[in-house]
Amino acid sequence: MGEEEGLHQAQLLRLIMPVETQEERGETASLLGEKQPLRCSLLCEAVAPDFHQVWNLMGTRSWEPLPLSDATLRSHDSWTCSPLVPEYRLWDPVHMFLTPVVPHWPFYNLDTMFVRGLKRKCFDGEEDIEGTLAGIKAIPSYNLQRQSLLDMSLVKLQLCHMLVEPNLCRSVLIANTVRQIQEEMTQDGTWQMINTQSTGQASVDRLVSTDILCRSSREQAEGKHVPGYSTFSKDFEGDQAQDSSETMSTASSVQAPRNLPSNVWEMENPQENKGNFQKSLDQIFETLENKTPNSVEDLFSEVDNSYYDLDTMLTGMMSNTKMGHCDGLESFSSPTTTTSSSNCKSDLNELDHIVEILVES
Amino acid sequence: MIPGFENFMQDVLWCFSQVKGTIDIGVTEADIISTVEFNHTGELLATGDKGGRVVIFQREQESKNQPHRRGEYNVYSTFQSHEPEFDYLKSLEIEEKINKIRWLPQQNAAYFLLSTNDKTVKLWKVSERDKRPEGYNLKDEDGRLRDPSMITTLRVPVLRPMDLMVEATPRRVFANAHTYHINSISVNSDYETYMSADDLRINLWNFEITNQSFNIVDIKPANMEELTEVITAAEFHPHHCNTFVYSSSKGTIRLCDMRTSALCDRHAKFFEEPEDPSNRSFFSEIISSISDVKFSHSGRYIMTRDYLTVKVWDLNMENRPIETYQVHDYLRSKLCSLYENDCIFDKFECVWNGSDSVIMTGSYNNFFRMFDRNTKRDVTLEASRENSKPRAILKPRKVCVGGKRRKDEISVDSLDFSKKILHTAWHPSENIIAVAATNNLYIFQDKVN
Repeated sequence: MGEEEGLHQAQLLRLIMPVETQEERGETASLLGEKQPLRCSLLCEAVAPDFHQVWNLMGTRSWEPLPLSDATLRSHDSWTCSPLVPEYRLWDPVHMFLTPVVPHWPFYNLDTMFVRGLKRKCFDGEEDIEGTLAGIKAIPSYNLQRQSLLDMSLVKLQLCHMLVEPNLCRSVLIANTVRQIQEEMTQDGTWQMINTQSTGQASVDRLVSTDILCRSSREQAEGKHVPGYSTFSKDFEGDQAQDSSETMSTASSVQAPRNLPSNVWEMENPQENKGNFQKSLDQIFETLENKTPNSVEDLFSEVDNSYYDLDTMLTGMMSNTKMGHCDGLESFSSPTTTTSSSNCKSDLNELDHIVEILVES
Repeated sequence: MIPGFENFMQDVLWCFSQVKGTIDIGVTEADIISTVEFNHTGELLATGDKGGRVVIFQREQESKNQPHRRGEYNVYSTFQSHEPEFDYLKSLEIEEKINKIRWLPQQNAAYFLLSTNDKTVKLWKVSERDKRPEGYNLKDEDGRLRDPSMITTLRVPVLRPMDLMVEATPRRVFANAHTYHINSISVNSDYETYMSADDLRINLWNFEITNQSFNIVDIKPANMEELTEVITAAEFHPHHCNTFVYSSSKGTIRLCDMRTSALCDRHAKFFEEPEDPSNRSFFSEIISSISDVKFSHSGRYIMTRDYLTVKVWDLNMENRPIETYQVHDYLRSKLCSLYENDCIFDKFECVWNGSDSVIMTGSYNNFFRMFDRNTKRDVTLEASRENSKPRAILKPRKVCVGGKRRKDEISVDSLDFSKKILHTAWHPSENIIAVAATNNLYIFQDKVN
């Protein structure tokens, strides 16, 4: 659980701070020249010459790439960084980019999300941020935490040890956790919320990496059956006019911004956002159906690759249980009186701000 | 003879006795101990490791000359039980790691034990040979055949003493009965049958028959997409040969009676504690998953181990355990990190002492915990090389959860999560415990007063 330090740099990322209060609006963070070792600093290997991805650091802050220069490279020893595994992608629902996934997250502490030496000034003054460096908020919002957990769980499911059969108990427990999160996100309406952003999508298409395209075409060749996800929750169906037979869960309006030939998800609207979860499930399917040598044919031994069919997962879903009112990240505390609408609203504000920054309005 | 159990925590001081294994900094993966088990008399102690080897230690006869050395355990036999295999159909390796060892009660001069890896159970016979025949007619002492025409007299071979040789031979191999990974084996009290449990099925075997087994529990759903629960451990009742229990990843225990039907999918009893809503989190289910279940020697109680607690259940009461002991509750606020580094999936075992009055289980940082059921007192001890002077009394350890840390306490953030004690064993009648710490086996005894 320690930090990783080292050089894997081909691209520096600058932290963009999502504005959450009036005071912070307009503030941007510049990491150039800063020597403080930050757990939120990131150097990543370029996965493509036009590496434009914006990192969403587990939902807390977003990053934009900076042009490399000698000066910045020289200061690399002050950065913590992590190795990337280019094969894995996570769909960042907030920023609508394919982001590389770090299989281990050594550079931040999920328990506290606390970055040494940094504090953030909030409207209510609970935390401060010093100087030009942005920090990670000490305790991210419940939704962000939940999203982080979901991302982590999905990656865990994918990263099976290819040589030995994966531990079935562990896989089942992780899958149940994923299911639980989805269930709650649906009930909260958060799932729906993530997918209602529809601005600034045009640039997304070209960011689709080629291996996704290749994977998809291979899936086509194999005649892979993509489970048509029935609506995650009928309650949220009303707002979404889209065809529910494709994407999973709530977000029927959310579709992959890909220009894939015969897209396996049968997306019609490439402009729309696509759920992070959906993309990750896609990867799970790909892993499951991956025919390369030494790969696990499917996660659950001899059977059905559509284990991760959201449809079937949802049929076995447990009833929603609200989080208890506890402190700390571990219990992902949220106000017990939170209603769907208030959750949606805060998310909406945050996303709005982020999108604003992206389109440089 | 079970001395002083009534005032266990006051009377018993645990002392270091022995440690087996190397002190190297770099631990070879194959040397990591994966199971520890005393036999029914406590004379033998078997360990299995990730490399598929079984090492059996035998207790020395107590000598009058050195009464304070209460019988040390020395290596008796070492053999390679399982080899790595490759499943060609699935292109997967089958690990040779020994998941469990169970002894059979001794019925003659030889010892029998069952050892299992993920797929195959083997019955091993460990026997001594201290005499050998000499004086064969047709061959000479080197084994070379004698020329029959040179034989003029006949003689009867005689047995002459030789150096003690302990040999282990595989007597039965029970293979190809499990699609999923075997997590438990349990010898029935009839001593004729045993069961092996994997993630989704439990099979009943007869020791004499290796090409067949009865499937007695099958929780595999028709549609694997609906799989939400797996079997994590199973054990036969110590006295009733028709009764067994199995635990699940959802924190439930089912007791089944084999007399009711051939396939015991319908449980006779169902043990589950209602969830505490105030402690609910996304990790609730994971930490409720039971990693070990053990019947008490009396057969009246079962003990279960989940990630943070040990629970004792009365077989007559299904709706909640009668006792719950917190093993390392300070980890409750760290569950996310432990989920991230997969430590939350560690499977700790738990054991009863001979009189069922004390229970023991492992934790991190090479700590292990004992709970006295009568006095409700508990102690945390550490298995480490620093405390390894002969007959050194183990000092209780304490984890500081917050605020000021006292001098001898260790803070939660300083715990070494790579040093985990998953496997422990307690001598059936005496206060001798074996604790497996990665590649080292520690043996502790109570201080002889």
